[in-house]
Amino acid sequence: MLLIPCPWCGPRAQTEFHYGGDASLRRPALSTARTPADPALVDYVYLRDNPKGLHQEHWQHAAGCGQWLVVARDTRSHAILGSAPPGGDPLSPPGTDDPAA
Amino acid sequence: MQLFSALAVLREGLTGQTGWRRHWRKATPKPRYDTVIVGGGGHGLATAYYLAKRHGITDVAVLERGWIGGGNTGRNTTIVRSNYRVGANPPFYEHALKLWEGLSRELNFNVMFSQRGVLNLAHSPGQLDGYAERGNAMRLHGIDAELLDRDGVAERAPMLDFGRDARFPIEGGLLQPRAGTARHDAVAWGYARAADALGVDIVEDCAVTGLSIDRGRIRGVDTTRGLIAADKVGVAVAGHSSQVMTMAGIRLPIESHVLQAFVTEGLKPMLDTVVTFGAGHFYISQSDKGGLVFGGDLDGYNSYASRGNLPLASDVAGNAMAMMPCVGRLKVLRSWGGVMDMTMDGSPIIAKTPVTGLYLNGGWCYGGFKATPGSGWTFAHTIAQDAPHSLNAAFNLERFATGHLIDERGAGPVPGHQ
Ligand SMILES: Cc1cc2nc3c(=O)[nH]c(=O)nc-3n(C[C@H](O)[C@H](O)[C@H](O)COP(=O)(O)OP(=O)(O)OC[C@H]3O[C@@H](n4cnc5c(N)ncnc54)[C@H](O)[C@@H]3O)c2cc1C
Ligand SMILES: [Zn+2]
Repeated sequence: MLLIPCPWCGPRAQTEFHYGGDASLRRPALSTARTPADPALVDYVYLRDNPKGLHQEHWQHAAGCGQWLVVARDTRSHAILGSAPPGGDPLSPPGTDDPAA
Repeated sequence: MQLFSALAVLREGLTGQTGWRRHWRKATPKPRYDTVIVGGGGHGLATAYYLAKRHGITDVAVLERGWIGGGNTGRNTTIVRSNYRVGANPPFYEHALKLWEGLSRELNFNVMFSQRGVLNLAHSPGQLDGYAERGNAMRLHGIDAELLDRDGVAERAPMLDFGRDARFPIEGGLLQPRAGTARHDAVAWGYARAADALGVDIVEDCAVTGLSIDRGRIRGVDTTRGLIAADKVGVAVAGHSSQVMTMAGIRLPIESHVLQAFVTEGLKPMLDTVVTFGAGHFYISQSDKGGLVFGGDLDGYNSYASRGNLPLASDVAGNAMAMMPCVGRLKVLRSWGGVMDMTMDGSPIIAKTPVTGLYLNGGWCYGGFKATPGSGWTFAHTIAQDAPHSLNAAFNLERFATGHLIDERGAGPVPGHQ
C-alpha cells in the first residue's frame, strides 16, 4: 500500500487516490495552422519520458478532499519522496509548500 | 541438436538420465555480427530463430541482460488466443495462433500448447450482444468463435456462480475453442535451443548500455561485455523499451506499469478451460500441476519494480469471489509482478525506426505472450527485408501522429487508467 502525503489532509492510503500520470507534461499552445497533426500536440498526447527512477506525477485525492497534487515517486522502488499542490515542487523540504501557510 | 523423441526418453530412462547435454551453447560475444537482437525473452529469441530459419541470416546474437526466460516470458499467465476485432489485430493474432498449433513439432520441444478454450463471460444482454458482434467479426476473419447461452456456459464451467442473486449474474459468453494456454518457460527454451542449433549466439548476462549511431545509421551496441558492431539491431526488451530507445534519442508512446499474477495451492482438476470475468478485470485457468493461475488489472501507476501492491491483490480476490465463490478457502501460494510496456492505444509496435538499421518490437502491454511466434516471425521479416510484412505494417510508430490508432478497447491514450 502506498501512503501518499496529501498536502491538505496528510498521509492517506493509496486507495483514496486516483492516478493522473506524468506531471511534467505541458499542453502546448494550440497552433493556428490547421495541420492534421501538430507535432507538439502529438508529443503531448502520446509520448512519454517513462523514466526508471524519479517520476513526478499527478494524483487526485478523489475519496478525500478532492484536490489534485504532484507526487515525486521512484518508479524502481515505489518510494514516495514528497508531494506538493499542483505547480509546486514535491522535492522541496516539507512545510515550504504548505498550502495552509 | 540432440533431438527429443520417445526413443530418446526411453534410452535415457534405461541409462540413468546421463546422456542429456546442454540445450544451447553459453556463447561469448564476438566483436561483430550481421544482426544483434537486444532482449532474450520469447520475442527476441523467436526473432532470432525465424531470421535464421526463414531468412538464412545466421550471423546473429541475442543479448540478454539477465537469463533466458527471466523476464515477462517466465512471468505471464500463459493465455494464448486470437479473439480480436479491430484493424490489423485479428489477422496478426490468428497467424500467431496457427504458428502455436505447430510449434512443438517445429521446435522439437514440447511447449505444452493446450487448446482448452478461452471463455469470456457476459453479464448483461447488452454485453452478450457485444460478444455476438465480436464473434461475428472473428468468424469473418476465419477465426473460430462460438456464442454460448447461460446453459452453454454452465456446461463448460459449472463451478462459476450461476445464482440469480450473484453479484453479476451470468447471461452467456463467447468461446474461442482453439485458444488456450502454453508452458511459458518452454517457449523461451525451445526457441533458444532451435536458434542456437542454426548458429545463433545466445549471450546471457550482457546488458546493452548504449546504441552506437553514426549519421542516422546504427553501427552497433555498447554492452556490459564490450562494444559489439552490427549492421542491424532489433530491440525486443518488453517493459524496458523506453529505456533502450532513449539511447537513440527516441521517445515512445509507452508507459511502463506493473501487472501481478497469483497461483493457489494445487487442486484436483476443476477447471479445464480459461475463464475471463466480464464485469471486472479477472481471468483464471488451472495449471497442469493443479494450481489456479489468475490475475486482473494493472496496479495503475508507472512502475519498473517487478512487484505489485496489496490493493490490487485484494481487488483481484474480490473479482474471484464474485465470479466463482468456491475459490474462497484456497490459499494463494505465490504472487509476482512483471513490468509491462503499455502503449497509448493498447496495441504493439513491430516496426522500423527513424534510425536506419534499428528496429523496434515492443508495446506488448499485458498480452504479448500469445503473440510470441507471430511477433518473432514478422519482426524477423521486417529486419531481413528492411520493410514490414503486411501482417505487421499497421503496428508502426507513425500511427500516433497520423491517427491510425488500433484501439481495441476504445479507451483513448490512457495506459492503465481504465
Ligand atoms: C503477470 C503477467 C501476466 C501476463 N499474462 C499474459 C497472458 O496471459 N497472455 C499473454 O499473451 N501475455 C501475457 N502477459 C504479457 C507477456 O508476458 C509479455 O507481453 C511478453 O512476455 C513480452 O515479450 P518478451 O517475452 O519478449 O518479454 P521478456 O521476457 O520480458 O523479454 C525482454 C527481455 O529483455 C531484457 N532486457 C531489458 N533491457 C535490456 C538491455 N538493456 N539489454 C539486454 N537485455 C535487456 C530483459 O531482461 C528481458 O529478459 C503477461 C505479463 C505479466 C507480467
Ligand atoms: Zn486531501
